[in-house]
Amino acid sequence: MGYDLKMKVWRGDATGGDLVDYTVPVEEGEVVLDALHRIQATQSGDLAVRWNCKAGKCGSCSTEINGKPRLACMTRLSTFEEGETVTVTPLRTFPVVRDLVTDVSYNYKVAETVPAFAPEPRPADGQYRMQQVDVERGQEFRKCIECFLCQNVCHVIRDHEENKQSFSGPRFFLRYAELEMHPLDTNDRRALAREQAGIGMCNITKCCTEVCPEGIHITDNAIIPMKERVVDRSFDPVTWLGRKIFRRDQLEEAQVPQTGAE
Amino acid sequence: MAAPTGIKSPTRARIAARTLRTDRWWLYPTFTALVLVAFVAYATYRAFSGQHYFAEPYLTPFYSPCVTTECVDGSRHLGTWVGDWWPFSPAVLILVIPLSLRLTCYYYRKAYYRSFWMSPPACSVAEPHRRYTGETRFPLILQNVHRYALYIALAYNVLLTYDAVMAFKSPEGEWGHMGLGTLILVVNAALLGLYSLSCHSCRHIIGGRLRNFSKHPVRYRLWGGVSVLNGRHAQLAWASLVWVAFTDFYIWMVASGTWSDPRFF
Ligand code: SF4
Ligand code: SF4
Ligand code: FES
Ligand code: FES
Repeated sequence: MGYDLKMKVWRGDATGGDLVDYTVPVEEGEVVLDALHRIQATQSGDLAVRWNCKAGKCGSCSTEINGKPRLACMTRLSTFEEGETVTVTPLRTFPVVRDLVTDVSYNYKVAETVPAFAPEPRPADGQYRMQQVDVERGQEFRKCIECFLCQNVCHVIRDHEENKQSFSGPRFFLRYAELEMHPLDTNDRRALAREQAGIGMCNITKCCTEVCPEGIHITDNAIIPMKERVVDRSFDPVTWLGRKIFRRDQLEEAQVPQTGAE
Repeated sequence: MAAPTGIKSPTRARIAARTLRTDRWWLYPTFTALVLVAFVAYATYRAFSGQHYFAEPYLTPFYSPCVTTECVDGSRHLGTWVGDWWPFSPAVLILVIPLSLRLTCYYYRKAYYRSFWMSPPACSVAEPHRRYTGETRFPLILQNVHRYALYIALAYNVLLTYDAVMAFKSPEGEWGHMGLGTLILVVNAALLGLYSLSCHSCRHIIGGRLRNFSKHPVRYRLWGGVSVLNGRHAQLAWASLVWVAFTDFYIWMVASGTWSDPRFF
């Protein structure tokens, strides 16, 4: 059964913009992205919206729907009350390009600063061997589709533009954690996680976890374990002494990768 | 005036509203604040009142261990460590242990940063602060010593378990008896113990810090167990908080003679 959906869609660019009212005929079973596409097809051909897979796998269609960061292609219209107005805005943490499209390049710049995987040398037969229990843990983090909804919702940068200089954000704490937990990796990124990625800025209020469309337990399984590793490295006198006395954990301290550009 | 920051930064989509959320996002912070304030008010009153904390064989967790000369007869299970010079009730000495655990607990941090500090009050609701440095400076950098609060709290859990065992005595001091208070104390010790064991620092120390689980099969299995509990850490935090207050209230009522403890055997 089709019906008419009331929508408010933010239209504009960096110089200004506003919420514009639309009434769109929609069908049962459709998602917010369908409604946006119908606006584009029938009412405002110039509505800018980014999308790609329409299957929740490419991470392109991140927007804010009724104030909540969500994937437009995975937000069913049936989640709203009949007659409820659905408001769609661009992500409010990144610079707006036009309409619903934002410039998420901050995230790519941060990505370049995470020291890459540094595996130990291959054994004589040239084959790496890893146990299932050791690789399992990082698998959860690899589900990330880079929608950057977690980056968008994180109040550290959402509410404080200046922190973008010193804070990597939840998506990259996942990356740090994944590498730190990798059975073959030889780098120690704990000092960097603190000094460069600014993990101490996170106050574990868990919004990243709340919005992740992949259901990754970002805070519990990546950020807090990384914070605990940073404590081992920088704040706990006992683990510090242990390191000195038993010469444990003598891994290479990772360096910030040299990125050619800029 | 300084340049606008956050969602009002010049490059971002210009939207006046602090949030466009239409759901009742204020419910969690409000409810959290109410429960925490109620608990702190109750605990403060009870801690400073200095009476009705022992009803043979039950000692309320707020006063355990009772170690000052002021403690009533029979309540000093661990002897007397602190003399007359201690000016407050014996509870004040003890309550700093659970207090420091809960203040630095990863879950309670979330709870009070959201509900009291409004940083942020809820997801995608702008916070009212101009500057934000998280846990990188004094005093919040001290949250990093949480694991030490845990170590002390684990010892305290042993004491509470001891109190629960002592509750199997009759009021005359004979073993092998039980009343409703015994049951309440056992549940109390269990909830507080599970709360401590489900701690994120505990999960890290038990095995989370390892890079290769396969080289430490025992710790891996323990980590698996703690991880299951850890998934329930928030619920355990609330359950143990409410129950410890209830336990204290029950013993208060018995000690003051308001009601008597039903004995099972
Ligand atoms: S838990 Fe930390 S990283 Fe995640 S949204 Fe909150 S402050 Fe940001
Ligand atoms: S962690 Fe989740 S929310 Fe963040 S970018 Fe990846 S998929 Fe998106
Ligand atoms: S269009 Fe690919 S995730 Fe929505
Ligand atoms: S007690 Fe809550 S995280 Fe340690």
